[in-house]
Amino acid sequence: MALYESVIIGRQDLTPNQFEELVEGFTKIIENLKGVIKKREVWGLRNLAYKINKNRKGHYILLNIDGSSDAIAEYERLMRLNEDIIRFLTIRINSVDGKPSPLMNNKSDRSRNELVNSETVKTANEEV
Amino acid sequence: MTQLNIKREALRKPNQKKRKSCPFSDPNTPAIDYKDLKVLTRYVSERGKIIPSRISAVSAKKQRELSKAIKRARFLALMPYVVG
Repeated sequence: MALYESVIIGRQDLTPNQFEELVEGFTKIIENLKGVIKKREVWGLRNLAYKINKNRKGHYILLNIDGSSDAIAEYERLMRLNEDIIRFLTIRINSVDGKPSPLMNNKSDRSRNELVNSETVKTANEEV
Repeated sequence: MTQLNIKREALRKPNQKKRKSCPFSDPNTPAIDYKDLKVLTRYVSERGKIIPSRISAVSAKKQRELSKAIKRARFLALMPYVVG
């Protein structure tokens, strides 16, 4: 079946494990619609580049799903209904690359993560 | 008539040479992805706008992929729409 990659952003005043349960619920929905979760990456609490309805930070998670389109349609419908999810993006991809995504290693050490955010803003200014 | 052509010929010659090679196509760089901000922020101006390919010397195909990735990163609040 088709491969999808979806990123979900949860509200900042959710506790991490609340957010995990929320996502667990979605993965169950996918599974009982015969979809398979290929890769799951928790990027944790990150600063948003701009405020999304009053949230300055957001819980990020990346899911690679192998499923049919109606499984994804149901999955997205539920996410739209849920208020704790402030934004999500699901795209179709051709292949799942095994290695962790670049945002993942930033997350490994929290301090560097903060540094990276400020650094990206700084390099953006310096470079051009 | 010929005088005109000569002028146009001379005009096009200089910037033809200056064009830099596209940074994405030559070395086997990884595919453009909306998640690796290090690459994307290099092609965004100070104000957060996408740099045109005539300045960043990116090939048209790669520029299309780049702008799609940047727009996705902006949608996911990984990158700002406007800086400052």
